[in-house]
Amino acid sequence: MGKNVLVIEDEPNIIEAISFILSRDGWSVATHSNGHDAVGVVQEAMPDLVILDVMLPGKTGYDILRELRSEDATQGLPVLMLTAKGQVKDREMAERAGASRFMTKPFSNAEVLNAVRELVAG
Amino acid sequence: MVQQTLAGSRIRERRVMAGLRQAELARQVGISGSYLNLIEHNRRRIGGKLLNGIAQALNVEPSLLSEGAEAALLSALRVAAAEAEAVAVELERGDEFAGRFPGWAGLIAEQHKRLRSLEHTAATLTDRLTHDPHLATSVHEMLTMVTAIRSTAGILADTKEIEPEWRNRFHRNLNEDSQRLAEGAEQLVAYLDDAGDASAGMTLPLEEVECMLEAHKFRFDSLVNATPDELSTFVSNQAQLTSDAARDMAMAVVRQLRADARLLSLDMLERQVKAGNVDPAQIATDYGVPLSTVMRRLAAVSDVMLPMPMGLVMCDASGTLMLRKPVEGFAIPRFSGACPKWPLFQALSRPMQALRQTVTMTGREAKRFDCYAVSEPIGTIQVNVAPLYHSYMLIVPLEEAGAAEAEVGSSCRVCPLEKCEGRREPSLLADVG
Repeated sequence: MGKNVLVIEDEPNIIEAISFILSRDGWSVATHSNGHDAVGVVQEAMPDLVILDVMLPGKTGYDILRELRSEDATQGLPVLMLTAKGQVKDREMAERAGASRFMTKPFSNAEVLNAVRELVAG
Repeated sequence: MVQQTLAGSRIRERRVMAGLRQAELARQVGISGSYLNLIEHNRRRIGGKLLNGIAQALNVEPSLLSEGAEAALLSALRVAAAEAEAVAVELERGDEFAGRFPGWAGLIAEQHKRLRSLEHTAATLTDRLTHDPHLATSVHEMLTMVTAIRSTAGILADTKEIEPEWRNRFHRNLNEDSQRLAEGAEQLVAYLDDAGDASAGMTLPLEEVECMLEAHKFRFDSLVNATPDELSTFVSNQAQLTSDAARDMAMAVVRQLRADARLLSLDMLERQVKAGNVDPAQIATDYGVPLSTVMRRLAAVSDVMLPMPMGLVMCDASGTLMLRKPVEGFAIPRFSGACPKWPLFQALSRPMQALRQTVTMTGREAKRFDCYAVSEPIGTIQVNVAPLYHSYMLIVPLEEAGAAEAEVGSSCRVCPLEKCEGRREPSLLADVG
């Protein structure tokens, strides 16, 4: 069984594609598609890495990340943030919220895979 | 030559599509099943009579089997694969992919072309994004679609062996996403083409409400005696309103305008106009109705009852424009904040006090307008609860040239006024110090 990745993203076809890529690379992938209870889902699953979209129904990825960073258990959890906004201020917001890495849509499969491998390798 | 060597792949594909077993096709054309198997795996070259025979058995033109996908398609696939950071071996198999799945290969090439075009469009719209939240949301959705397509196409192009179930699922996803992307792109183009047209597609609920109001010229006198159900049916039947949010907003506005019509009928207004009185404050005093009611009614009936149409704009205490009846020469911004020098906003700091100010609008024509403004509390008055206010401004065009008390703009972005203390951001029209 490979290491665990939790994908929090509300676009089902992106979830499907990322899940496929990571599964083929040996990762065990769980998914979640709304912001309301995302923090609880992360805390329960305690994956090795979270892929987190910024624009989620219910709560933004920034808010979710801030909450995760305020908890001891998830303070150091690697989080790869995905967003369609690529402006400097968005990158800064992601950094301030505590993102381990920030990736702008549209991204390539190879970019996602490399980022996941690097972040979990530490 | 490469394309010719793939004739076998195309024969196999066509045979499977026709529902023929290998042995069955082999028997029909008079060769052994094992020989056809070698042909289908591109290990034996094929041409002439045998190719014609197989084409006839498969009910296709021989050229469909002998000629591969067009060079342009292969080229487009290679570019797409290269940009998707495909490995070299996959690039070499691009022609095989195109040969076996020409339709899907064409779809990927087309989507790659569309993706590049959209990326370019997205880049050029960056500036506008910061000033148009609806556009930002639309582009965000399109980028999400582009991401899904790019990722899915990358999987199909890069994965050597993919289970039929997954392949079919990804093909279906590509089809869905490309349709959504196409619809989004069409709406975006229409929106950009018709940016100045209030009836343009891809509208906010508020814009839909404004289109509906415009269609009825802001007049709902025929609904004065309508029952709640009839009112609800009327709103539901308005073609301009495409969402529940728009219908809810429209219902509130129609109720307000209907209440205005009850307080101040067309006959009452007509008497005032015939007497030469179009002063809102005087009419309000004469009939004992709120000034905002008179302003809304005058704006509504001015198109038919007065020599020149009047404009109306309304905002809440945050300064957000909630209702706009445009009038020629007085530009009311669609999304960005309006000029803070408008009497509309001054009225917010002096609740219940009627203001009147003659202004000119910046620009070449510099038209003059009499602006009446008042802010009135909304909801019921409660003890020790600060009321909220809505501010209204009636915009009356003035024909004669003359002095004005103030020069106002539309919004900072399109205002050429230099040295304005109210300026929030630089103008696109001039170097502002």
